Amino acid sequence: MQRYLIQRLVASIPVLFILAVIIFAVLRVSGGDPAAIIAGKDAPQWQIEAIRKDLGLDRPVISQLGIYLGDVLTGDLGKSINSKIPVIRLIEQRVVPTVSIAIMTELLTLPISIPLGVLAAWKANTWVDRSIMVFSSLGFSIPIFFLGFLLIKAFALELTWFPAAGYVPPEEHFGRFLHRLILPSLATAIIFWAFLVRMTRATMIEVLREDYIRTARAKGLAETSVLIRHALKNAALPIVTVVGWGIAELFAGIVVTEQVFAVPGIGRLIVDSIVRRDYPVIQGAMLIVAVLQVVVNLITDLSYALFDPRIKY
Amino acid sequence: MQQDIQSPETYVPAPPSVQDRLEVYWQAAVDKTQWTWRRHPMFIVGFIVLVIMGLLAVLAPVLGTVDPTAVDPPNRLKEPSAAYWFGTDFVGRDVYSRVIYGARISLAVGFAVGALTALSAAILGLIAGYFNIADLILMRIMDAIMSIPNILLAIALVSIVGGNVAIVIFAIWFVVFPRAVRVVRSSVLSLREEVYVEAARAIGAKTPRILFRHVFPGTIAPLMVTGTLIVAGAILTEAILSFLGAGIDPETPAWGSMMADGRRTISQALWVVGIPGGFLTVTVLAINVMGDNLRDMLDPKLSRSAG
Repeated sequence: MQRYLIQRLVASIPVLFILAVIIFAVLRVSGGDPAAIIAGKDAPQWQIEAIRKDLGLDRPVISQLGIYLGDVLTGDLGKSINSKIPVIRLIEQRVVPTVSIAIMTELLTLPISIPLGVLAAWKANTWVDRSIMVFSSLGFSIPIFFLGFLLIKAFALELTWFPAAGYVPPEEHFGRFLHRLILPSLATAIIFWAFLVRMTRATMIEVLREDYIRTARAKGLAETSVLIRHALKNAALPIVTVVGWGIAELFAGIVVTEQVFAVPGIGRLIVDSIVRRDYPVIQGAMLIVAVLQVVVNLITDLSYALFDPRIKY
Repeated sequence: MQQDIQSPETYVPAPPSVQDRLEVYWQAAVDKTQWTWRRHPMFIVGFIVLVIMGLLAVLAPVLGTVDPTAVDPPNRLKEPSAAYWFGTDFVGRDVYSRVIYGARISLAVGFAVGALTALSAAILGLIAGYFNIADLILMRIMDAIMSIPNILLAIALVSIVGGNVAIVIFAIWFVVFPRAVRVVRSSVLSLREEVYVEAARAIGAKTPRILFRHVFPGTIAPLMVTGTLIVAGAILTEAILSFLGAGIDPETPAWGSMMADGRRTISQALWVVGIPGGFLTVTVLAINVMGDNLRDMLDPKLSRSAG
């Protein structure tokens, strides 16, 4: 276990390094002069030069990269160009809404989509399976912001069960905090749901064809026991992989959801920073999200041991 | 008992005429379509929907449309009627014309990304799957790109460089192609161990020949399935970029930006959002359904009859 962990951590160093370089290159080489943006439209040239020097933008790109990587390694993600607040602090402020939506989405997704996927596989090629798959294809194809609008129209404007947009911090009023998160989480969950139902169905269909399933049925086990103890347990591995890999997708969904429902999370922070060309914030936030993905992948791999006793690290 | 057969010298079959040949091809196409219709009817349905969308996009100027960017404030937020088939938006632009012209952007971006991805994935996937050292380097880069959420990276690319169609296509391609490279690579990894590849190597075929004549054909089926799903994903991503205002310049009618415009007036004019949203969903759904059926058609293990 320990050896595997160390191996994996070492293996992720080059990935993280390339990641940092890509993020840096995409933002820095692609043009746009943050110094000119900060200084304002009519700022004199000397002022722009001064700001550029202050930000280290006058150095050659390669040494900027070196400085950036050094800072990242020491945990310093820089300061926002606009607000001068350290990037880490900005991200900290926005973490709660984003993570809450993510958790709520998973809570809405897992208990529904896995049983439905199992059901679709069990009833494969019947009308039950087909109707589940039609809904799943639809969920797969509908743009998340369109779904968000439809939910707002139906549940906020017509039925007025929920507010149309906005966010209340949990420490202010926990009930209202949850209430406002329901629609955004639901919008993200429906997309993710489609994804997981498909995956569960596909792996369950494969597993249900195995000989040991026939054996289990032949010895007269109850069908639920066959499905859950024998089939689902063996289908768990690919499903867990998808849930893990889906974190990046989930996050991408949340970026849009936060925009539709005006939730001040990390997604909005990044979109706003992109509009303002606030490079340190974009770099820092993207790096943290990507690192999170690498960590989640590692946890996913480690969790295999929980589901399959043959796997030992 | 020996049967009398014509010797090879005297038996010369008449070369088939062009017409005969066309007939054979036509018959084969008809048979194939009938077979597909019986086994995978949804594939044909998806295909027809896609062709209709394509025709709408190409024929936009002659389909009774008006200038999609012409504003007409007195006629703002008109409900769908005989004069305005799909109503008007908050500055009086004709939603019907905008939706039809919007199909151009969505389909162009979708298929351009699909083509670029297929091409780059075929090349990089072959190289990564066949040469171990290239694999090590290429795959680390692909992993790194894949761990950044797609949409964020695309928004960053587009909004910093500026939003024309080429940039949007490039940005979406850049964030999706690693997945396709992975698909090709993993099939190359198993194909290169096949006996026929071993045989080709044994008779002294050069590496490029082995790669293109023996390994590459085996990667086409998975690449086609992935490619279809990538086209659908690219259309959705373009819409999201336009919606977030990080897409193609907002003057050009695109489904995503139409919906972003319509959001303010959603309480009184659902059609401004609903119609482009519906077109978008139907198009993406058609492509996804085609992809699903294509997977079943190309993969005997998952075929309906076996299930």
